[in-house]
Amino acid sequence: MVVLEAAGLSKHFRARRGFFGGDRGNVRAVDGISFAIESGRTLGVVGESGCGKTTTAKLVLGLEEPTGGSIRFEGQDLHALDAAARRHYRKSVQAVFQDPYASLNPRMRISAIIAEPLTTNERLTAGEVRGHVLRLLDLVGLPNRSADLFPHEFSGGQRQRIAIARALALSPKLVVLDEPVSALDVSIRAQILNLLRDLQAELGLSYLFIAHDLAAVAHMSHAIAVMYLGKIVESGEAQTLARAPKHPYTQALFSAALPSHPEDRREEIVLSGEVPSPLRPPPGCHFHPRCPHAMARCGKQAPALDDVDGRLVACHLYGASTAAAAA
Amino acid sequence: MSTHPLLQIDNLSTHYVSARGTRVVRAVDDVSLRIDAGETLGIVGESGSGKSTLALTILRLLPPAARVASGRMLFEGEDLLAKSDAEMRRVRGKRIAMILQDPMASLNPLFSIGDQVAEPIRVHEGVGRAAAWSRARELLKAVRIPSPQTRLLQHPHEMSGGMRQRIVGAIGISCEPRLLIADEPTTSLDLTIQAQYLNLLRELQRAHGLALIFITHNLGIVAKMCDQLAVMYAGRVVESGPVRQIFNAPAHPYTQALLNSIPRMSDNRNRLAAIDGQPPDLVALPPGCAFAPRCPSAFDRCRESPPSQLTFGDQRTVRCWLADAGSDAADSQVRKGAA
Amino acid sequence: MSLQTEAVGLPSRFDIIRIEGFPLLPVLILGGIAFVAIFANVLAPYDPEIGSLAARFRPPAWQVGGSGEHLLGTDHLGRDVLSRLIFGARVSMVVGFTAVIVAGVIGTGLGIVSGFLGGWVDQVIMRITDTWLALPALTFAIFLTAIVGPSEMNIVIILGAVYWTRYARVIRGEVLSLKEREFVKLAIVAGCSKRTIMARHILPNVLNSAIVLGTLMLGVVIVTEAALSFLGVGVPPPKPAWGLMLADGKKGMMVGYWWLTVLPGVCIMLMVLSANLIGDWLRVKLDPQLRQL
Repeated sequence: MVVLEAAGLSKHFRARRGFFGGDRGNVRAVDGISFAIESGRTLGVVGESGCGKTTTAKLVLGLEEPTGGSIRFEGQDLHALDAAARRHYRKSVQAVFQDPYASLNPRMRISAIIAEPLTTNERLTAGEVRGHVLRLLDLVGLPNRSADLFPHEFSGGQRQRIAIARALALSPKLVVLDEPVSALDVSIRAQILNLLRDLQAELGLSYLFIAHDLAAVAHMSHAIAVMYLGKIVESGEAQTLARAPKHPYTQALFSAALPSHPEDRREEIVLSGEVPSPLRPPPGCHFHPRCPHAMARCGKQAPALDDVDGRLVACHLYGASTAAAAA
Repeated sequence: MSTHPLLQIDNLSTHYVSARGTRVVRAVDDVSLRIDAGETLGIVGESGSGKSTLALTILRLLPPAARVASGRMLFEGEDLLAKSDAEMRRVRGKRIAMILQDPMASLNPLFSIGDQVAEPIRVHEGVGRAAAWSRARELLKAVRIPSPQTRLLQHPHEMSGGMRQRIVGAIGISCEPRLLIADEPTTSLDLTIQAQYLNLLRELQRAHGLALIFITHNLGIVAKMCDQLAVMYAGRVVESGPVRQIFNAPAHPYTQALLNSIPRMSDNRNRLAAIDGQPPDLVALPPGCAFAPRCPSAFDRCRESPPSQLTFGDQRTVRCWLADAGSDAADSQVRKGAA
Repeated sequence: MSLQTEAVGLPSRFDIIRIEGFPLLPVLILGGIAFVAIFANVLAPYDPEIGSLAARFRPPAWQVGGSGEHLLGTDHLGRDVLSRLIFGARVSMVVGFTAVIVAGVIGTGLGIVSGFLGGWVDQVIMRITDTWLALPALTFAIFLTAIVGPSEMNIVIILGAVYWTRYARVIRGEVLSLKEREFVKLAIVAGCSKRTIMARHILPNVLNSAIVLGTLMLGVVIVTEAALSFLGVGVPPPKPAWGLMLADGKKGMMVGYWWLTVLPGVCIMLMVLSANLIGDWLRVKLDPQLRQL
């Protein structure tokens, strides 16, 4: 069952006007992307800075309003929802962010931090709230007495557990995980990733997992979407995509991932140049100036996201006309 | 070629002392390392493991609260700790250079790229501005910056993160140092840019016969770049040796656990082997081995006294009572020493 | 696993850079002035507003012509200077603290609203602030008193109205960076209303800055109050304000009645200096950057 579905989702920011009032155009942070997150599963989103993955997270969380396209939650378009249904959506979609030091208000006790979503949305007695807080602490593996302490009394990994407990307070259906382990010590990351997977199995949660660590995304995700300059260039089942990427950008990205063993020598595709500014993306396929397989057509016509061997790829290499030319 | 290593560190300890002198944090504790010319040494550890303090100690750039408590650091046969500040200034940037994590913080926003790349050349080699600038142009070319002539006149804010980090790299190698220390040089870079940069560093290293020390928390960088590895935990080197040997047969439980806890691209259905507990608190370290509270194979002795460094095989060391128990000879030696 | 041993890692680390140098003397001076102000009725030997014309311009006790009757001498109306200084401390304290609080409440409130809501609200508040700051504070205050007339209450309100902009500026800047912090975003995700977020997440985190700013503003406000009184548009006579005493005594300077100006001047200086030194210390002490490192 699909929990959340985005169709043609876009977020364009108007760039600051220049000194003489000239309009410098739109930044297409997210440009017509479509994806679906199934119940109890994880969609991993990867890409480099400026690719739009964080904006995508903000759109899903309602922190930004989309400028185009739609988000459907449990089959209903968010735009069409009345106030009560929107509140239900808000409660069903929670988040865990990267920096566990910035995620917790330093002036609030842990019990108040974890209980805030509850006290804001539901009418509960103090005793009921306390009960919920203790149950949530237990769920993330922290002792009961943590409830009365302040955030600075915890290490990074423990704070991230607190942030997870808070995100689970309203029994959400979907949790957006924006780089949940990249600010943590290496020896702590596995604890948190395991915890997230255990919670998914136990509570049937869906995750939107955003990270730059490809191995962590491949480990956590059922499906992966690869973004480049605001568009999804490839998406599909996590393992097959990670093992045999099809889009030239995905290939380069996964080949640039660091090896897990010194004898693990892979063929490396080193891209030339840098990610262009999203203010002036290249015409046609955004990736063509850096693409080792670029053809004349790539600079003129943007490829559509098409089905290639059971996965979606936006590349002319796999297009129908290429196949026809080859035949 | 000289017979001694390029840099040899023996029993080095660096302590931070609190303002009242009541608290001592052993940020670097009895560390011994060596690196030969042209070699790459990876120093891996979590935050608070002492890896960055070690780098600052080598360059003698410690903050006022820190002091070197013991040990020596022989660089090309000369003890760096015995040098005067003026002598040390001639070593820094000239014979030992450093690249820091944040390229924006490493570059002065008010000066042009040309000024900043040429500065160490002018300071250390006393050449004129024009000559230094033409050297700077060559350096930008060497770090693959397109149209170096125009870039020389630009300022840091006009460049992307990857380009800035390459400029910091150009400054690092500007005086052809023998040793380059890179402290988390790629954490602020994107994956594809990181790959470009690491390959560039490797080429520079080959071209100039540089020795590289990589300070990182990322075992992937070590696997890709390094010949030798030292794993630090709570200020101590718990294991060191050739990278391949350690990855194939880690001797210390911490190294084993660290290697096992990293997610791999190839399998995604197995649980990760997580390390329990929290990183050590340097102010309140346990009396025995610092890793003992989190170690799956700890026994009584681990909690009582800290293991000493044990050398085995070809250039490998480990600080662990388990390995110690494995070799009876060393075991009896330590007992004799203790008696 | 034991939480106690795990959890101490962070706070203990900043012992290394603990800020020392508690400003003992300034605290004693300010505390002393506050004490005197509170117990003025008990401490003052005479009524500060009533003098005897027979005992005009008596010098302090240690000078020729002085007596133990009036330890710090008398003024042109024969009023006891010591008593006037003691009651003047009360005026300075009351006016100073209330004006700082009035300015702080207005400024912090508007700063939070402006920074958090942004958009046109921010534009309006900030343009008003700019206009306010462009006016010279003292002239502005004189202008306002000329409209509403001098009284202790009015001075407090006027000083609050003149100085709130300094808070608004600083607090707005802090809110802008706090707003981007993840716990604020998470509060939005949790469904908190804007008002709740401002009260629960923003206000407690800018309170430190507001307190530091208040201590530093105390000096400014006291000097302005003294200046207004000196110019005759402040606390109306015969109330003993230090600035007023300074103004009354200035004619006596030339003929050697130095105690009428120097003594209130020293009092103003000590109070302002102490407030500023405490403010400086608090600023370092409460700076989250230094504290949480």
